[in-house]
Amino acid sequence: MSERKTILQVKDLQTTFFTDSGEIPAVDHIDFHVKEGEILGIVGESGCGKSVTSLSIMGLIPQPPGKIVGGEIVFQENDLLKMTERQMRQIRGNDIAMIFQEPMTSLNPLFTIGNQMLEAILIHEKGWSKKKAKERAIEMLQLVGLPRAEEMLQDYPHQLSGGMRQRVMIAMALVCDPKVLIADEPTTALDVTIQAQILKLMRELNTRLNTAVLLITHDLGVVAETCERVIVMYAGQIIEESPAKQIFDDPQHPYTKGLIQSIPDMRFKKDRLYSIPGSVPKPGSIKQGCRFAARCEFAFDRCIKEDPELYETSDAHQTRCFLYDKEGAEMDDNKTLIESR
Amino acid sequence: MTTKPLLKVDNLKKYFPVKKGMLGRTVGQVKAVDDVSFYVNEGETLGIVGESGCGKSTTGRMLMRLLEPSEGKVEFDGQELTSLSSDEMRKTRRDIQMVFQDPYASLNPRHTIGKILEEPLIVHGLDNAKERKEKVRKFLEIVGLSAYHAKRYPHQFSGGQRQRIGIARALMTNPKLIIADEPVSALDVSIQSQVLNLMQDLQKDFNLTYIFIAHDLGVVRHISDRVAVMYLGKMVEIAESEQLYVEPLHPYTQALLSAVPVPDPDYKKEQIVLEGDIPNPANPPSGCTFHTRCPFKMDICTKVVPELIQHGPGHSVACHLYGDESDNDIKKMEGSL
Repeated sequence: MSERKTILQVKDLQTTFFTDSGEIPAVDHIDFHVKEGEILGIVGESGCGKSVTSLSIMGLIPQPPGKIVGGEIVFQENDLLKMTERQMRQIRGNDIAMIFQEPMTSLNPLFTIGNQMLEAILIHEKGWSKKKAKERAIEMLQLVGLPRAEEMLQDYPHQLSGGMRQRVMIAMALVCDPKVLIADEPTTALDVTIQAQILKLMRELNTRLNTAVLLITHDLGVVAETCERVIVMYAGQIIEESPAKQIFDDPQHPYTKGLIQSIPDMRFKKDRLYSIPGSVPKPGSIKQGCRFAARCEFAFDRCIKEDPELYETSDAHQTRCFLYDKEGAEMDDNKTLIESR
Repeated sequence: MTTKPLLKVDNLKKYFPVKKGMLGRTVGQVKAVDDVSFYVNEGETLGIVGESGCGKSTTGRMLMRLLEPSEGKVEFDGQELTSLSSDEMRKTRRDIQMVFQDPYASLNPRHTIGKILEEPLIVHGLDNAKERKEKVRKFLEIVGLSAYHAKRYPHQFSGGQRQRIGIARALMTNPKLIIADEPVSALDVSIQSQVLNLMQDLQKDFNLTYIFIAHDLGVVRHISDRVAVMYLGKMVEIAESEQLYVEPLHPYTQALLSAVPVPDPDYKKEQIVLEGDIPNPANPPSGCTFHTRCPFKMDICTKVVPELIQHGPGHSVACHLYGDESDNDIKKMEGSL
């Protein structure tokens, strides 16, 4: 299990948007990797940079105003950022595929499902006959659990429900057998009973096809049910990374702790919800110190003056917080404080 | 606790006509809300949950007569609302206010916050100019903003702050009942908990009654005293919130609860993944509308519409499994669950 190879490595990625009101570092020096066949979750609230991260990997950052100003994205020993648009087009869909939040807007309303699926197949599988491509399309639709797959090729997107459209999107993304599937909030627009179906499907496909999944979500419940590892982002940075189970058993960063505590639990009633004071800072508004310091109840002098790095706290668990800096002297008192909560 | 119903809804229906062709002939009906009855006690919170298209928002709008009900009665504070003239209704709306989902769309971008908050008072002819300004300041502070925010425009606020403004506006006329339609679903988790806490505090301070419409079952459990579950225009179950979450009776409620992802990987639950989609409300299934997806479907379910019948103190359910004759079946079902 632990011997799986790293398939995608993001190194020191910086994506900045250049707007009239100044430079906005949406993704600010992030590092992570995805292993073969694993499901890695990226969680965070709006504006934390999770979607920009995924678009950067796909080479889909609108430019201008956005630009990847530094770093590397290594996929199978090649840096995606050094590739030409032509080479990138080969990677997209073939090796790394993506599904989006809104299945309605990602399908073209003027073409049938069959038309759109065949287009995707024929672009990537040169030399395939139409018949072969059609068979493949039907096979994929069946794989994602759609009944009457053959007839569905004649249907237009508006004839399908939200859940079915998302299944079609997944089928289309998997049609070329990609190594990595990036799913950006794939179930956010769906109802809970449909969400349960789609998550179950994604888990099954992950096991069956061994496709690595990078799941981007704001819902920690979805993370708990699907992911092996998780990255928590805040204001463009990774602030915590750990195996999914550990993030719930032993959340370390004060932001992660606060986030977990502020979810109303369906299983029992809390008298009062914990709430993190204040709101998410505008990207780029904090130039110095920990991004979370202003909202953090454990903040001390150092948090405002210096930038914390990701400290290794245990095997495979990292936290961007001075409370976990083993060299820091101030931490002891605060550490007991944070653990008492 | 005094348990006097502040609002009583009887057999409320809303049918939207389906029109087709150039002449716009009515070819069918969408039963958005189909025969819904419930009550809300003074000072309590009734949660209404359900998936998209179940009629929960339509119900909320009909209570304020923002949508005219097709049939049924709404009795508020001893007064029958459906028979009021639009003038009289406008006066009554002083006591029933609404908070909407999208804090971006529900505030006029060209008005200052001060003007937005003052407007309900002007409409209802309350207070003089000076008192109104005073009240705006007071309520801004109550919802956790500052008096100087009155001069600003909606775009200068974050989503959470805008929802606070929406809540302040609802409070201006000193209402008895607040209908909140998905008030926190557009907000991030950390902001959501701030707004929920605020709503709970306000309920205590102003003795408010809430109807809280949402699709998030965790949020609804947190804030509600009682919860009603809707499916395809019908109320399928209603109970004390504790009771509903611990011992859901309707198969739909059971599936809905089991489908919610719980932020705890150690929590092992029996997940009931429902097959299929929500049917088209313009052409709902016969009998019990849930029978197409129900794991416990019986013959009777395709033919007879189950009624909402009391099945324990304060716990009603609309399901044939809980009829008299099928008591044995239930035991069997429960065994197999």
